[in-house]
Amino acid sequence: MKCKLALAQINTELGNLQANLKKHLDLIDQAVSQGSDLLIFPELSMTGYLLQDMVPQVAIRPNEQDPIFSVLLQASQKIDLVVGFVQEDERNRFYIACVYLSAGEVVHIHHKIYLPTYGLFDEGRFFAWGDSIRAFDTRFGRFGMLICEDFWHASVPYLLWQDGADVLIFTSASPGRGLSNEPQVDSARWVDHINRAYASLFTTFVAHTNRVGYEDGLHFWGGAMVYDPNGDVLARAPQVEETLLFCEIDLAQLHRTRTRLPLLRDERTALVQRELSRILAQGSRPSGR
Amino acid sequence: MIDLSINTKLATQILSNFIHSEITRVGFQRAVVGLSGGLDSALSCFLAAKALGADNVLAIRMPYRSSSQDSLDDAQRVIDATGVQNLTIPITEMVDPLIANFPDMDNMRKGNIMARTRMVVLFDQSAAFQGLVVGTGNKTEILLGYTTIYGDSACAINPLGDLYKTQVRQLSRELGVPLSVIEKPPSADLWKGQTDEGELGFTYEEVDRLLFLLVDERFSPEECVEAGFAKGFVDEVVKKIQRNHFKRVMPPICKLNNRTIGYDFLYPRDWGT
Repeated sequence: MKCKLALAQINTELGNLQANLKKHLDLIDQAVSQGSDLLIFPELSMTGYLLQDMVPQVAIRPNEQDPIFSVLLQASQKIDLVVGFVQEDERNRFYIACVYLSAGEVVHIHHKIYLPTYGLFDEGRFFAWGDSIRAFDTRFGRFGMLICEDFWHASVPYLLWQDGADVLIFTSASPGRGLSNEPQVDSARWVDHINRAYASLFTTFVAHTNRVGYEDGLHFWGGAMVYDPNGDVLARAPQVEETLLFCEIDLAQLHRTRTRLPLLRDERTALVQRELSRILAQGSRPSGR
Repeated sequence: MIDLSINTKLATQILSNFIHSEITRVGFQRAVVGLSGGLDSALSCFLAAKALGADNVLAIRMPYRSSSQDSLDDAQRVIDATGVQNLTIPITEMVDPLIANFPDMDNMRKGNIMARTRMVVLFDQSAAFQGLVVGTGNKTEILLGYTTIYGDSACAINPLGDLYKTQVRQLSRELGVPLSVIEKPPSADLWKGQTDEGELGFTYEEVDRLLFLLVDERFSPEECVEAGFAKGFVDEVVKKIQRNHFKRVMPPICKLNNRTIGYDFLYPRDWGT
């Protein structure tokens, strides 16, 4: 099976849901006219990133009663969508969320698990931590979705891999930092390294969409990429510029790569579980949350 | 190894897009830059012209009577090279009456008055020109506090604030800033013979390497000494960074109520744009 991906490397208007919705609909039209099957928007694509105290004002609930969401659900009749937004849950907790929509239905919602709260980041101050990691079935096979800092923790894509995900959708709003002699900033290079590593180690597809534009002095570096199960780059968007990147993936490549390299077959999950249980039971090692 | 060299193409792209984005998103199309004849303001002017088009940039020369002719000439070279709009507004008649009231005023006070008078002119012209003031302070001078608060540091946006002086020099070369501007010794030109490096007591080349370790690489002062910097030099720079921090933050508001600006009333500058 083949799947035509479109990666929307876009700028957003900070806190302006209506303006961002309009932009989404324009890009949906473009992607549909190019025959794309799935259009992937970056992290917080409906709201912008540096929201701070705007979070409660831009939070929405992903159902047909919501005026913004109902439009997105309608649009997903034409093309599958991954959209980033702020979700308010029934008990008024706010999450950085991304949703997979298809045929007018919510297929899956992921809440960002890891909220960076260090250095230039302050997400933990404004958002609730997501608490589940699930792969999900689409009409193109089993997928997993993660948001930015989530995929800086190897355990998270690992769990998706073990939960059956053959295509990993990564979205981010990654600020550029580390200007050197290189043609891209350090943060762009780091993300490229790890995404390539996941594709190679898990023999999966990885499609990463990052945004562009500025918020205060932060710039988002773009650089959307698609990697195949060999870790090879199938498509690459430019740094910094708005781009709608198209890339067809051939899911039969999973068969070919995993025949050559049966890492999934040989993965010793019971051993991982046993050893992890032993390590955590020692009690002397801080295990975090 | 300490390598401060930058990819100038990427830096130019990020910085000129920054100027364009931050000015247009709040409804403006134009920028105003105070042009001293020195390197920093030259680079800001080049970047602003690239971002907005030369016609949308107003460069203003604001000489005091003791300002050197070289500075005026160099500023003119920048105006000619970029093709930006320009004005020359001497500040002597604004500054001198205040200074005359205080016969024992030292050079630092006079220099601060000049810097703040230029700020007044610049912001007034920005209203007349319907543009925003683009700043010219680089990372080295901001960290060392080698700047007049509410004077030359005042601006609406600052494209140079994360570039060390040596990086400003590298980027300026690449963008075609006139050589006479790049090669002359940096100076605030507040009095005859003044140079930055003479006043500071060290070169930008030296201090940028140290600041890079201390700030970007998070070395402790002791580790900087181990890396080969003289202890006295390290101590002096660390002290300057700390003592001048007040110039880098908004004045503290004393918290009284449940929600206070700066503590728990938190919005980005680009709120709603």
